[in-house]
Amino acid sequence: MDLAAQTLQFLFSGITNGAIYGLIALGFTIIYNATEVINFAQGELVMLGGMIMIALSRGTNLPIPVGFVLSVAAVSFIGALFERFTIRPLRNPTQIGIIIITIGVSILLKGIAMFVWGKETLSSRPFSHMAPIHVGSATLDPQSLWILGITFGILLLLQLFYQKTITGKAMRACAFNKKAAGLVGIPTQKMVLLSFVLSAALGAAAGVAITPITMCSYDMGTLLGLKGFCAVVLGGLGSTMGSVVGGFILGIVESLGAGLISSGLRDAIAFILLLAMLFVRPQGIFGIKEVKKI
Amino acid sequence: MVPRNRLYELLIFIALVVLAGTLVREPYYQNVLIFIGINSILTVGLNLLMGYAGQISLGHAAFFGIGAYCSGILTAAHGWSPLAAMVVAAAVTALVAVVIGIPSLKLTGYYLAMATLGFGIIVYIMFREMSQYTGGASGLVGIPPLNIGGWTLSSSSDYFFLVWGLLLVVIALSLNIVDSQVGRAFKAIHDSEIAALSLGIDTSRLKLKVFVLSAVYASVAGSIYAHYITFISPSSFDFMFSIKLVTMVVVGGMASIWGAIFGAATITILPEILHVFAEYDVVVFGIILILVMIFMPQGLTCGVLEAWRKSRRLARKRSIADIHGARL
Repeated sequence: MDLAAQTLQFLFSGITNGAIYGLIALGFTIIYNATEVINFAQGELVMLGGMIMIALSRGTNLPIPVGFVLSVAAVSFIGALFERFTIRPLRNPTQIGIIIITIGVSILLKGIAMFVWGKETLSSRPFSHMAPIHVGSATLDPQSLWILGITFGILLLLQLFYQKTITGKAMRACAFNKKAAGLVGIPTQKMVLLSFVLSAALGAAAGVAITPITMCSYDMGTLLGLKGFCAVVLGGLGSTMGSVVGGFILGIVESLGAGLISSGLRDAIAFILLLAMLFVRPQGIFGIKEVKKI
Repeated sequence: MVPRNRLYELLIFIALVVLAGTLVREPYYQNVLIFIGINSILTVGLNLLMGYAGQISLGHAAFFGIGAYCSGILTAAHGWSPLAAMVVAAAVTALVAVVIGIPSLKLTGYYLAMATLGFGIIVYIMFREMSQYTGGASGLVGIPPLNIGGWTLSSSSDYFFLVWGLLLVVIALSLNIVDSQVGRAFKAIHDSEIAALSLGIDTSRLKLKVFVLSAVYASVAGSIYAHYITFISPSSFDFMFSIKLVTMVVVGGMASIWGAIFGAATITILPEILHVFAEYDVVVFGIILILVMIFMPQGLTCGVLEAWRKSRRLARKRSIADIHGARL
């Protein structure tokens, strides 16, 4: 394979990974916008989505759409429990406190997954039984198209939700100023709960979509979550569009870097990008510089 | 000058260490105590950073690892004397801490957490990938035991006294810092950085200083760890270890030097007690983190102390009420 074809192949996998990171980044953004909480357990929600899908479809002939909906629903419920029992009881949440609690939840979820599903790497069926698509001398897995479709579909739905529905507008108001939102009668506590449910649903959707390609194991979530997080920082904390763009930039740079420079450093690339962004422009590509009130 | 009450605390500590060192003869328990000592050195440093300066670090395992690998590589592959290697390791770690600290500490809250986390993971990957120096994922073997001026530390008992003696130095130094003007400035930064700034405290310089100091503590702990174990591999310095260190600080209580030792001891002993759970002990860590942060955000030691004080106050009130009741 010549360099051009190789590059094209890396680009394909980069775009696929980018869509995944973008989807995970969106999950971070939804919660952050409603609550200013960074959920370090986001990656574990992705893992749970994949694992529950595998558990449901293993040995049975469950249609994939049904499995998809069921696992998303199950993880959404876990997201609701998560908010209700770990975030809401906090009396004076500090950023350090929230970081530590959500890390605690991530460790807990990971441990439970190890207990339930063991340590082996599991896989699920692809969504469609199609042969890989050949583009030039590079190949594209049909599942990649599904992932891309799901990412853009969710982005579109999310925009519609935020712009057109009253609940979406209420959530945006909460993000803008929680106290003022409460004063005009928005049930802010419910909005926080909803944001966790929504974010968990998104994470689960990502998990279900990627397991046919990446497979799934109990410890898959940590690195995925952290990379989704890098995507958030690249795009700008709090920006919906930025999350997706950050995801694609990260995916493509990582894939090209790993393929053309060194595959051993694959996982380091995301974090080098993260540090570079934080040191040069901490507000990210789409973020607005934070002005501190004294 | 060490204030008198601090002096008593330190004397009690020395007495306890000597007592433990002479009474505990079982190698297994000595081993556990050595690890508690090493983790305490790390936790006291991280507590200075988190509890006093209010800056989180999710990558502290990296400094521990840099210390361990510098010492390991210099002694095992280049035949350096362990003491010289330890000093060079500390200097290298301090340099890395300065380079990473200057841009990182401009960030606050989440951004700082992300930067330190990213740094920790990059260092971990470098340990794993630079296999011609570090031995890669399979680890670095053949690190000689510690040797100070011709005296080679061979028994667990030697290491016990070295580690806990060093911890004593670290504690005395840290208590001194906490009680000094620098310590008060840290408390001011913790409460409100803007207020501290407007009072003329050079906050970024102070933050960098404590960051470097805690990194050097971690490096020295890492060097001793490498010589004690004589084998190191990247998995000892991963993200999970950074989280364990944060857990130790949280359990011990933010801004409490003695609490840090309690936290380190609790989290070090826990897996030993929980060995029936084998690798599922992480679940317990998760639950501890969540419960402590929800119910006792200032840490287990402070939380329990406060609850005790409250119950005493309540009891006193009740007894006073009883006396009044009897008069009526």
